[in-house]
Amino acid sequence: MEGSAIRLHDLRKSFGGTTAVAGVDLEIRDGEFFSMLGPSGSGKTTVLRMIAGFESPTAGRIELAGQDVTRRAPFERDVHTVFQDYALFPHMTVEQNVAYGLKIRKVPRAERLVRARKALAEVRLDGYGGRRPAQLSGGQRQRVALARALVGRPRVLLLDEPLGALDLKLREQMQVELKALQREVGITFVFVTHDQEEALTMSDRIAVFHQGRIEQVGTPAEIYERPATPFVASFVGTSNLLAGEAAHRVVGAPGTYSIRPEKIRVLKESADADEPEHATAAGTVAEVVYLGDATRFLVDLDAGGRLTALQQNLETSSEDVAAYRGTRVRLQWHRRHAVEVPTTG
Amino acid sequence: MTLVEAQPAGPAAPAGAVRRLAGALHRRPRLQLTLLLAAPLLWLAVLYLGSLTVLFVSAFWTTDSFTSEVVKVWSTDNFHELFTTPVYRQVVLRSIGVALAVTVLCVVIAFPVAFYTARVARPKWRPLLVVAILTPLWASYLVKVYAWRLILSEGGPADWLLKPLGLSGPGYGLPATVLTLTYLWLPYMILPVHTALEQLPDNLLDASADLGARPGRTFRSVVVPMVLPAVAAGSIFTFSLSLGDYITVQIVGGKTQLIGNLVYSNFELNLPMAAALGTVPVVVIVVYLLAMRRTGALSSL
Repeated sequence: MEGSAIRLHDLRKSFGGTTAVAGVDLEIRDGEFFSMLGPSGSGKTTVLRMIAGFESPTAGRIELAGQDVTRRAPFERDVHTVFQDYALFPHMTVEQNVAYGLKIRKVPRAERLVRARKALAEVRLDGYGGRRPAQLSGGQRQRVALARALVGRPRVLLLDEPLGALDLKLREQMQVELKALQREVGITFVFVTHDQEEALTMSDRIAVFHQGRIEQVGTPAEIYERPATPFVASFVGTSNLLAGEAAHRVVGAPGTYSIRPEKIRVLKESADADEPEHATAAGTVAEVVYLGDATRFLVDLDAGGRLTALQQNLETSSEDVAAYRGTRVRLQWHRRHAVEVPTTG
Repeated sequence: MTLVEAQPAGPAAPAGAVRRLAGALHRRPRLQLTLLLAAPLLWLAVLYLGSLTVLFVSAFWTTDSFTSEVVKVWSTDNFHELFTTPVYRQVVLRSIGVALAVTVLCVVIAFPVAFYTARVARPKWRPLLVVAILTPLWASYLVKVYAWRLILSEGGPADWLLKPLGLSGPGYGLPATVLTLTYLWLPYMILPVHTALEQLPDNLLDASADLGARPGRTFRSVVVPMVLPAVAAGSIFTFSLSLGDYITVQIVGGKTQLIGNLVYSNFELNLPMAAALGTVPVVVIVVYLLAMRRTGALSSL
């Protein structure tokens, strides 16, 4: 399990005059489910394509299992890719697609078939081998792409926003399946996504990308609870930053603080909560967003700034939350949940 | 009073009629379709299929050998003669051979050209290159064939170019015919192959490399099979255009005869025989189309 599957040293890539990747250092461990999270244009896909070998870096080094592969062609690297739009060969059957990599490696025909069928069974597509990709649904194509990339048992599997084209229900289902599959086969997965929830649910570790750089690397809990930069705090989860004068007044010390919405309780203004470990702030409810299972309160603080608080609809009757709009409330949270976010520059 | 009332009705009336007609047609989509297609269908049925039928029917008539009058008596003599006379058989086979040779040459030349124009050349040059490939189609067929006659003439540019190598040009004859026809129909092959290569998704090539395939392997296993329907589509043009040609062969073919020449020479004296000869390429092309349908070429036309 230990040891590094991928190591990137000061990786850079520019296209013409624009810099897509501006110096990335990263170590991905063996057997890890690693996510590269970031908005579009943050360089995460370019990094993935450089690991696969489709793009060659402008500068820097890529190591796979300790070997420098920076100048190697894609077909000389022990990684397989699941493409965003699947990239299945339309002129081949599902089985031929899955067996393609094995055929190139001159695996005997009989073994090829057995392994292709087994891989299709792994992604719960047994019996679909004879069909053409065009005859499958999006979710099924997704699984074929997965089976095709996994059948050769690469050292690393690269996934480029593979769930992006699926609808919500299917996406949630595939998230669970992907994670289970990764645990089962024990291959390092490098998963590119712009969906923070997806990254949080599936990953062992996450790297948050922003403008061609990595802002933070850590476990989902670290990223979520202790964002290292204002960008991470706002990109992962709901942006809830207190800064400047408001921060000074509410928290009691200068700096920029992130408080996750679900950590904040909405109390009546009259409620007094003088427990020393809690901080409070008074304000007016500016907006109430009813989410079904929960309600989101946007509160303008008297001290300045606005905080979002998320309340499960446990006791509040779902129907009368709208009545809170415009009322005075007191927000309360545990002091340790106001996390200071280092600002640079 | 009356004027005031009439005014809004005046311009509204024709618009109302058109509107009512449009409404009626909208409610009866079949009637709309019938009206829309009536003229082209009539054209197709009468002029196109009609003349084809006349061709087939007259192929079964005969000619009085003294008066050259057409005798409208049902007989299969023409076809019998066609299949038993060695000369006819030879010409038919030669024509098919020429059409196949032209098609193969077109594929061999078109593939690298189209690969360059669709995938290698800078994107901003691609439309220009396509235009350059299509430009010869604007020039007259005859001019181009006569140009080749000049090129291939004795002591002409072909001879002159090949002389340093100790060779001479092919002169007029069968090779010259194949060469000229290949030149004439090449754009019809390049264009579909170019389009297919251009539409080939990059990520399929990436995926193939990702799974361990070297470029040569990717070319054989992904590019060629995906472009094959386009090649077949192009071959329908090159094959049928070559099979029906009789002018090029007259100009650069020397004494070579193809089906078209036999049709032409029988035209005056023995129209039924010409018709019988004329059905041969039609049948060959129908067979060819049926064969091409299996490759999916017809759906990519």
